[in-house]
Amino acid sequence: MGELLILLYIFVLATLAGREVISKVPPTLHTPLMSGANAISGIAIIGALVVTGSADELWVKVLGTAGIVMATINVVGGFMVTDRMLQMFRKR
Amino acid sequence: MENTITQIVYLISAVLFVSGIKKLSSPATARSGNARASLAMLLAIVVTLLDNRILDWTTVLAAVVAGAVIGGLLARYIQMTAMPQLVAIFNGFGGGASAAVAAAEFVRAGAGGQSLGVDAGVTIVLSTLIGAVTFSGSLIAFGKLQGIVTGKPVTFPLQKSFNALLFLLTLVVGASLAHAGVADAVAPLAGMSGPEIGGPFFLALVVAALILGVLLVIPIGGADMPVVVSLLNSYSGIAAATTGFVLNNYILIIAGSLVGAAGLILTQLMCKAMNRSLGNVAFGAFGTEGPTAKATTGQRPVRDVDAEQAAMVLAYAGSVAVVPGYGLAVAQAQHELKKVCDLLEDRGVTVRFGVHPVAGRMPGHMNVLLAEADVSYDKLLDLDDINAEFDTTDVVLIVGANDVVNPAARDPDSVIAGMPILDVDKARTVIVMKRSLSPGFAGIDNDLFYMDNTLMFFGDAKDQMSELVKEVREA
Repeated sequence: MGELLILLYIFVLATLAGREVISKVPPTLHTPLMSGANAISGIAIIGALVVTGSADELWVKVLGTAGIVMATINVVGGFMVTDRMLQMFRKR
Repeated sequence: MENTITQIVYLISAVLFVSGIKKLSSPATARSGNARASLAMLLAIVVTLLDNRILDWTTVLAAVVAGAVIGGLLARYIQMTAMPQLVAIFNGFGGGASAAVAAAEFVRAGAGGQSLGVDAGVTIVLSTLIGAVTFSGSLIAFGKLQGIVTGKPVTFPLQKSFNALLFLLTLVVGASLAHAGVADAVAPLAGMSGPEIGGPFFLALVVAALILGVLLVIPIGGADMPVVVSLLNSYSGIAAATTGFVLNNYILIIAGSLVGAAGLILTQLMCKAMNRSLGNVAFGAFGTEGPTAKATTGQRPVRDVDAEQAAMVLAYAGSVAVVPGYGLAVAQAQHELKKVCDLLEDRGVTVRFGVHPVAGRMPGHMNVLLAEADVSYDKLLDLDDINAEFDTTDVVLIVGANDVVNPAARDPDSVIAGMPILDVDKARTVIVMKRSLSPGFAGIDNDLFYMDNTLMFFGDAKDQMSELVKEVREA
């Protein structure tokens, strides 16, 4: 239970940090913030890499590989499209 | 979690994620914030690959390259106007990846015959559940935004009871997977013994979670999409965080909960902008609550104008406020609108835009649309700022917006009572560009259309806007 508690601490504190850091977002940035955050949720790729890389069973490898592909689409596509969007947001 | 160097790099990456996402919330620094977050991701990925746990490089690298190519092509070539559905589908992939990782862990734990134990069981079940709900929910949201699935709320009898029952079922199945005692009690109901349930029950969990995701999004109508899209965004973060619990991985938990928090903040902002609670959006199936004031539609006189008349009114105004809505996005009229505004500004007219937080189909939809048409973002005023200016505005031009400018929101008996609206009726003249008098998403008539200072400019926004460009040029 010790380890799980530490994880829980990290989860709660990181959520609070997130709340504080993002508390005021101007409407202009609602979409980029969402799509940037969305790209960050592709962090699941780390899990997918660990699981797939050390897989010794077929199903583990299949699921892990599917995880890598989906997470990479999320990460690469998410960051790139956010950048493309932010490029358009200019003051003239 | 043994390798110290890996852990320290994860920590650096966590710091970069936090500061990157902070920079994302201010226009001047947003782009570097996004770059910083992607650097954080790259660091985490590289250090994970170099950590000696990767044995099968071919599979891993092939999968990464495939994902990167697909994601890169989508991001590079997608139309900016397809942004809501793109965000939805990326989001679904994030949730799907989390669920896939949790499922792989389930298989690896060799749970074919054994109960997982409470710690591993609860985390794997939660991670699978949230990831799968995010996946199928986002796919439905994608379908609705793309027009593959109807944008109207889909409801059926006893829907809420069915959802509740299904949710209860997933809890029982989940509990059986996590706890041998529960498994022994539940298994006979399925004609099995406790240790046999692993595979079949896990499959049942996945299927039930996928159905749940579909059922949670399908009753939500088009105008409520901003809430759902931001809520699903939050879910994808939480799914990643729970996967971190499964794998004892801190960076997954930290990055995941940051996204969860960001999504939740946006969800709250969207709900506030509609004066509705999250529960009301999720279960309300807005606009289907029986007959409202529809009967009066079209029976009261309105003043309609053609492009030439509208151009005259606009061209000889001192100040114009444009209020864009979803109709602008549907008609793809943003570039023509920008031309009209440029012509007006050349004549010395002050032009600004009033953007309602829930206009469109995702948070900030109108801002992206107008940015694509090269409108400077400092001309886009939010609700409070533009409302303070309508008193002194000569002409308001409404393009494809309806409920967000409906004065009925001030009437305590209306279904949209209390929703913050743009007080366009305070301006001297209001021009409403719209296909017809039909009610908006809330299904109620809009008194604004029948007011003395309102001019109705009927037609397709893009065609009429092109006409307007011509007429303003000649005015």
